[in-house]
Amino acid sequence: MSKILIIAEHDGTTLNPSTARCVSCAASLPGAEITVAVLAADAAAVAAQAAGLAGVSRVLAVDNPANAHPLAAVLAPQVVALAGPYSHLFAPSTTFGKDLMPRVAALLGAPQVSDIMAVESASRFRRPIYAGNALITVEVAAPKITGTVRTASYPAAAGGGSAPVEQVALNVALPTHTRFVSVSTQASDRPDLQTARRVVSGGRALGSAEGFKLVYGLADRLGAAVGASRAAVDAGFVGSEYQVGQTGKIIAPELYIALGISGAIQHLTGIKDARTIVAINKDPEAPIFEVADYGIVGDLFQIVPELERLL
Amino acid sequence: MRRILVGIKRVVDFNVRIRLKPDGSGIVTDGVKMSINPFDEIALEEALRIKEKGGADEVIVVCIGPGDAQQQLRSALAMGADRAVLVELSAGSPAPEPLAAARVLLKFVEQEQPRLVILGKQAIDDDNGQTGQMLAALWERPQATFASKLELSEQHATVTREVDAGLETLQVDLPAVVTTDLRLNEPRYVKLPDIMKAKKKPLDVVPLASLGVPLEPQLSVLRHEPPPQRQKGTLLKDPAELVAALRAKGLLA
Repeated sequence: MSKILIIAEHDGTTLNPSTARCVSCAASLPGAEITVAVLAADAAAVAAQAAGLAGVSRVLAVDNPANAHPLAAVLAPQVVALAGPYSHLFAPSTTFGKDLMPRVAALLGAPQVSDIMAVESASRFRRPIYAGNALITVEVAAPKITGTVRTASYPAAAGGGSAPVEQVALNVALPTHTRFVSVSTQASDRPDLQTARRVVSGGRALGSAEGFKLVYGLADRLGAAVGASRAAVDAGFVGSEYQVGQTGKIIAPELYIALGISGAIQHLTGIKDARTIVAINKDPEAPIFEVADYGIVGDLFQIVPELERLL
Repeated sequence: MRRILVGIKRVVDFNVRIRLKPDGSGIVTDGVKMSINPFDEIALEEALRIKEKGGADEVIVVCIGPGDAQQQLRSALAMGADRAVLVELSAGSPAPEPLAAARVLLKFVEQEQPRLVILGKQAIDDDNGQTGQMLAALWERPQATFASKLELSEQHATVTREVDAGLETLQVDLPAVVTTDLRLNEPRYVKLPDIMKAKKKPLDVVPLASLGVPLEPQLSVLRHEPPPQRQKGTLLKDPAELVAALRAKGLLA
């Protein structure tokens, strides 16, 4: 039997959808019994959302003012204090989980499997290496396994569950050497890039932040999220939270439209699981056309407005 | 002496299109260009800039790797590191797992007492992204991962991190571990005179086995395989054809 503890990602009020994808991964372990831990200043609202996920048998709510912001150094000792009964400790492979889980693993002396994309048994997992250009199957020989789950590989667990929520008081000394200062986000009413069904991304060919408005326009027409290549982020057209690829976000939308993106392997890694890829680029040799289901070779600034008129 | 310790890894150069061995036992590395992991090069650049601004007296680079990794350490010395240590793997033995690598780095941290350790956020070969956080945990010190901006004062580091929501800023007490993201800086190019100078800088070689770090593997790779390939699609002549194709697939109303 596999007893899995999932560390919920949230913003204090809302459970991040990556957690529900993590639950689907955990449910594919043999004899899975899934507990979700919500560490927050006030965990009640998020714990109630986690309790509604199908497949979750129990939710642990850990309230502590120190948990107001997700600081790995503060969360890790609490996760370790909860870890006793579990064979697996999982979190999504988002910046939250990537930051936290190796710290937990080291405190436990346990190995970590990063970016789990398939489960073959309770101790055997598949994961990508070399920016997804190779896949390895890893066998873990340890009583406790920590892992991050590649969310693009799993659907979100369904709702309709009603797991009990238990308040847990932990008596753990927490460090004060790490302090949250601020977070800045470009406010947007558009769908979330990591979970959107449609994504329109722009590359260097947009030319400027002004030119990037072409991407927003098409995205809004389609109700899509906005993404970007590393080149567009480096050039300052958009913030880093828009970056799709090996070191940015790994996404799996139904429809991905790449505007003026040449398709470096690091970018392609981020979109491999998109159902349908559309590329519009003036260079017919651009590598993006090797993976695109539909391509148009030509000038973005003519094609995109015409496309919008047809929608 | 105020020191900064930088970890570097020798990896297949990021421009190389990797090939799998036909029997699935690994990646072809014979005759393939090897380089410093790009994130680690950014880590070293940041350490050098801190030193140049007076925030450190010495920059030490540590690499765990085969004897050939001396090439990457010489490059690091040419960039400006003051001294280098190669923790040498015995011929044919696999690279240590991230937890073992963190334990090795901890040995040097205890020895050198740096005010800051800077590592890449991940190595582009295994893409594990674990070592920095593990080192911070074992050292019982702060971590600031995915850094895109780093400012040091006497007691603290203020670090801007690239997180999914945007840019997060943390203040951490020193000493601390910082891992680098791509936009922290652009590493300098090495000039020929620097390569000559680097030949005279100290490069110690320490056998991994001599450090007394437990190396029993907990992970074994059973097989390597290529990812499923996407099929090349269709080139269309105009947006009207595209809209028709997407409607036919049910992707547009």
